[in-house]
Amino acid sequence: MMSSSPAVSVQELRVERGGREVLHGLTFDVPRGAVVGLLGPSGCGKTTVMRALVGVQLVKSGQVTVLGEDAGSPGLRDRVGYATQSPAVYADLTVAENLRYFAAVLGAPRGDVDRVIAQVGLAGARDQPVATLSGGQHNRANLAVALLGSPELLVLDEPTVGLDPVLREELWTLFRTLAGRGTTLVVSSHVMDEAARTDRLLLMREGRLLADGAPGDLRERTGTADLEQAFLHLINETAGSAA
Amino acid sequence: MNPAITLATARRILTQLRHDPRTVAMLVAVPSLLMILLRYVFEEQRTFDRLAPMLLGLFPFIVMFLVTSIATLRERSSGTLERLMSMPLGRLDLLLGYALAFGLAALVQVGVVLLISLTWLDLDLSGSLGSLVLVAVLDALLGMALGLFCSAFARTEFQAVQFMPALVLPQTLLCGLIVPRDQMAGWLEAVSKVLPLTYAVQGMQEITGKTVFTGTLATDVAVIAAFTVVALLLGAATLRRRTP
Repeated sequence: MMSSSPAVSVQELRVERGGREVLHGLTFDVPRGAVVGLLGPSGCGKTTVMRALVGVQLVKSGQVTVLGEDAGSPGLRDRVGYATQSPAVYADLTVAENLRYFAAVLGAPRGDVDRVIAQVGLAGARDQPVATLSGGQHNRANLAVALLGSPELLVLDEPTVGLDPVLREELWTLFRTLAGRGTTLVVSSHVMDEAARTDRLLLMREGRLLADGAPGDLRERTGTADLEQAFLHLINETAGSAA
Repeated sequence: MNPAITLATARRILTQLRHDPRTVAMLVAVPSLLMILLRYVFEEQRTFDRLAPMLLGLFPFIVMFLVTSIATLRERSSGTLERLMSMPLGRLDLLLGYALAFGLAALVQVGVVLLISLTWLDLDLSGSLGSLVLVAVLDALLGMALGLFCSAFARTEFQAVQFMPALVLPQTLLCGLIVPRDQMAGWLEAVSKVLPLTYAVQGMQEITGKTVFTGTLATDVAVIAAFTVVALLLGAATLRRRTP
């Protein structure tokens, strides 16, 4: 019965930051087991949406329901994994020490630390202090924390930034595998070529949702060959209808 | 609150300290060096015997205030606090984790200063060693709790560091260390009565001067503990699950 309800349901979400409204009444659903891409230029409100899903964002109005509960409610704290864009791990601890701590906080099983290290491909840097990692490794250590405890919903803010194409490919394979096991993923990116890898795209611009649909449908609807073009087409279309 | 999470947090903070041997060395060595300096600046055993215990209460307070305000500021600015707040960690788990880890560090710090003071520097102590350690560790916890609370009002490490002189120096001037409190102007004495460091110093004076655990000392211990709990609760109130 639970699996039929959406993993995430957002109704008329409005958020103010610094006295300015940055999300202007967003409404969308995310089906269970889907990989949903949140795309849009930097500053369009992707991170704010993700923070609202996790329940760390003060919202002005609207309803955010995650896995059948209000976003941020105590029952969700070990069911939702969140990786921020700038890594939130302890720079002075090693990768394994970081993961051991967060695993203890989440009450994740013992073997989880080694599992997530392998999943993000950091086995070689296991006992290295995070401060000595490269940018890409640092990012993956951050992602590994979100994977602890096998959460039902993963909210990942730009997880593939700064990664070489091989690693990026590996991570997308991982996301697919997780989704195959029933995990729902919301992944943000500002790179259009990643959009094609998702089941569903939410295109955002200036705090509004431009489009919501499968990548193929969006290309078809706009009659464009690639998503970059589709995005431009949608912007013009919106500008036209507003005038 | 969950004891397993509290302990994991304390362990994590101690691991961070272990990765930073220079900080640990300074944590332990600086108060001892200051005590040695004090002994030779005075060149007179009686003055040293009077002042040393008060400083034994002051050093852990100052050091823990600084270390905690920077440590929690780092948790806030690095995003780890937000991450923890999205996990099943209670605010008290975090605070008590810090209290445990830094309380242990304070114990080591006080232990070393005390060892040097009692052997090499011939400190003459009338009261019990146990009550002295108790008051010193309580002072450290008070410093920790205030540091944690103040860090919520600092945006940068520059600001955080400046809270130390702003909060600590006036208390040092008023606590009776430099001028006995009954010789101060009435209004200053009144102010000194609501400052926690006054009770820290008074407690240490009781321990140096009297062999038994006096009623005044019991009051001092209770007042310091109460200030610590209030500061911790205020600190907890500054940890928000949701932020703008």
